[in-house]
Amino acid sequence: MPRTVLEPRFQVEYLSILDSEGHLDAALEPKLSPDELRALYRAMILGRRLDERMVRLQRQGRLGTFAPIKGQEASQLGSVSTLRPTDWMVPSFRETAAMVWRGWPIEKLLLFFAGYVEGGQPGEGQRDLPIAVPVATQLPHAVGLAYAAQYRGEDAVVMAYFGDGATSEGDCHEALNFAGVWHVPVVFVCQNNQWAISVPLKKQTHSKTIAQKALAYGMPGIQVDGNDVLAVYAAAREAVDRARAGEGPTLIECVTYRLGVHTTADDPTKYRAEEEVKMWEQKDPLTRFTAYMRQKSLLEDGLEQQVDEEIALAVERFEATPPPDPLTMFDHLYAELPPHLVAQREELARRLREGGAPEPDAPAPTPRATPMRGQRLTRR
Amino acid sequence: MAVMTYREALNQALREEMRRDPRVFVIGEEVGLYDGAYKVTQGLLKEFGAKRVVDTPICESGFTGVGIGAAMLGLRPVVEMMTFNFSLMAMDQIVNTAAKLHYMSGGQFSVPLVIRGPGGPAAQLAAQHSQSMETYYYHVPGLKVVRPTTPMDAKGLLKSAIRDDNPVIFIESETLYHLKGEVPDDPDFLIPLGQAIVRREGTDVTVVAYMGMMYRALEAAEELAKEGISVELVDPRTLRPMDTETIIGSVRKTHRVVVVEAGAGFAGMGSEIAAFITEQAFDDLDAPVERVTGANAPMPYARNLEKLKTPTTEKILAAVRRVCNANGS
Repeated sequence: MPRTVLEPRFQVEYLSILDSEGHLDAALEPKLSPDELRALYRAMILGRRLDERMVRLQRQGRLGTFAPIKGQEASQLGSVSTLRPTDWMVPSFRETAAMVWRGWPIEKLLLFFAGYVEGGQPGEGQRDLPIAVPVATQLPHAVGLAYAAQYRGEDAVVMAYFGDGATSEGDCHEALNFAGVWHVPVVFVCQNNQWAISVPLKKQTHSKTIAQKALAYGMPGIQVDGNDVLAVYAAAREAVDRARAGEGPTLIECVTYRLGVHTTADDPTKYRAEEEVKMWEQKDPLTRFTAYMRQKSLLEDGLEQQVDEEIALAVERFEATPPPDPLTMFDHLYAELPPHLVAQREELARRLREGGAPEPDAPAPTPRATPMRGQRLTRR
Repeated sequence: MAVMTYREALNQALREEMRRDPRVFVIGEEVGLYDGAYKVTQGLLKEFGAKRVVDTPICESGFTGVGIGAAMLGLRPVVEMMTFNFSLMAMDQIVNTAAKLHYMSGGQFSVPLVIRGPGGPAAQLAAQHSQSMETYYYHVPGLKVVRPTTPMDAKGLLKSAIRDDNPVIFIESETLYHLKGEVPDDPDFLIPLGQAIVRREGTDVTVVAYMGMMYRALEAAEELAKEGISVELVDPRTLRPMDTETIIGSVRKTHRVVVVEAGAGFAGMGSEIAAFITEQAFDDLDAPVERVTGANAPMPYARNLEKLKTPTTEKILAAVRRVCNANGS
C-alpha cells in the first residue's frame, strides 16, 4: 500500500503582457482594433478622473461614503470590455469604472452614493445587477443568473466581481462550488487589491495565490497582472469565450492595488506603509497603457478635458436633482402595497401636509388630552 | 373535493404550478432522486426532469442565493429547506437580498421566490430543529410569511405563493404532513395571501392560533362549549402581511382574546397581535389580551420536557377561563 501522487498535478499560470516599464510581449498582445483600444483608454481615463472628482465631492459633503477605484481601472475595464450587452455584469461595491462601461450614466452613480434609490436602478433591460454592499453575497446570484440563462436557452455569460477579502466568505466558496458542479457560464473576477480595509492578504488566506483555489472547484484559475489592461483583457476574453462555448466557469485573479482609501470613511496611512503605496504607484495601470497608446500613435489631444467636461455636466445634472419625495419610502417594498403600508404612507403624508415631520431634536409636542385612568372612553 | 394528506396537497400544488408555468422549478437538498426529506417533492423529478428539480450541494446560503439570481432573470424558483431551521444558514441571502432587491433596485428587479419547508416543534427534534422560524422572518419588510394549518390551505396558499411576485417564506410542519383533509381539485384553486380565516364561530372569546396550536385550540373550544363558553377561532394563515381586519372584527364581537403560539413568547407573534389589538380596539376589550406561548427556553430533547415546553390544551383552557372570568362585562 504505497503512498502515491495522484494525477493530474496542478499548476497555476501567471499572465503579464505589458509590464510597468511599458515593455510588450508582442506574441501575447490581444488583437484589439484602434477603435477598441481608444474606447478602453478613454474609459480608463474617465474612470480615474471620475474617481478623483468623486473623492473631492465626498470631502466637500456633496456625496456620501463610497469605495474609490484608483489603481484598479485595468482590472475592471480589461475584464468588463469582453462582455456583450446581452451578458450579465454582477458588481460588488467598487466597480464604478466597469459600471460606466456598461452604460450606467455617471449622474446615476452619483445619485446612488447620495442616497437616491434611482441611483441603484439599472436601466430597462440593462443586464447588470445593482451594487452589492454585503461582501460576497452577489456571487451565488451570479451562479443563479447563469443557471437561469441556460434554463432559458440563452447563451449569456455572467461576470461577477469581488475582492480578495470576499474570498474568505462562505458565499464565495459556495458560488465557486455550485458553478463547478453545474458547469455554468460564470467568469469570477477577483480584484486582489491586497487590502480588505486594514487586513492585508496574508492575514486573509494562507494560500499562495487566490487563482489556485479554482483548481479545488474543478475549474481553470489564472493569475494576471491586474494593472496590465492587455493581460486582463486576454485572460477574460479566453474565459468568456470558453463559458459561452459551454466549457464552464473560470476564476481570474487580478493582482492589483488600491492606491486610495478603502472607502471615504477610513485613513490608510494608519495601517499601511507609505513606501508600499509609492512602490505600487510605479506600477500604475494608466502610465503603462498611456505609453502603449503613444507607441501606437493612438493618443488623442484634449481627451482629459473632454472627459472632465462630461463629468462636470453629470455633476450638474446630479446636483440639480430635487431631494427624494419622502412618500417614495414605501415604493417597491412589495410588488403591491399591503394595507399596513398604505396606512403608514397615509400617516406620513398627513404629517407632511401638517407642516412636515418634526426635527429630531425639536421638543416633543404637548400631548392632546387623553382620558385618565378610570375615565376610559367607551365606544360601546 | 378529494381527501388527501397535507403532504399530498403540497405535492399537488407544486405539480400543478410546474405544469402551468415552465418558469417554476424546485431546488434544494435531496429534492430530486430522494423525493425530498419529507417526500413533499415525490415524483417531481420523474415528471419534470433534472433541469426543473435540482439536487444541490449541501449549502443553504448557496442555493438560496442561486434561487435569488434565477428569480432576477425571470424564473420562479421554489427553494426547499430540509427543515426551516437550516434557513439560518441563508439568513443574509433572505434578509439582505431577497427581501431588499426589489426596493434597492428601484423596482427594476423582482425576486418571485418561495422558500418552503417544515418548522416549529415536532417530535423530539431537539433544540436546533424545533424552532418556530416565522418569528425571525415576519420582522423583515419585503418578505411575506405564510403558515398553512390545513391541507386545503397548504395547497391554496402554496399556489398563491408561487404566483406571487414577492419573496415568500412558507413554513410547513413535520407534525402536519400526515394530516388528512378535503382539498379542491380545481387547478386554479387559490387562497390569497394576507387573508385570515374564522375556523369556528363563537361569541364569548376570540382565540388566535395557527398550525398545531390551532388543533389544540379546537380541542379546547369543544371542551369549553360544554361549560357554556363560546369560542371563536381565528387562524391568520399569512403572518405578514397580516389580516388584522378579521382579527379586530372578531375582537369587537367577543371583547376577549387569547393568542396561542408554539414558539417562545418574548417578542413573538402573540406580542404583535396583542399590540395591534391594543392600538386598534382597546376600548372593545373587556379583559387584557392573554398569551399562551412556548417557554422561553430552547426545545429540550427529552420527551417529557418537550411536552412541558410547548403550549398544551390545558394551558389554553386555563387562559380562556381566566379572560372570561375577568371583570368588565
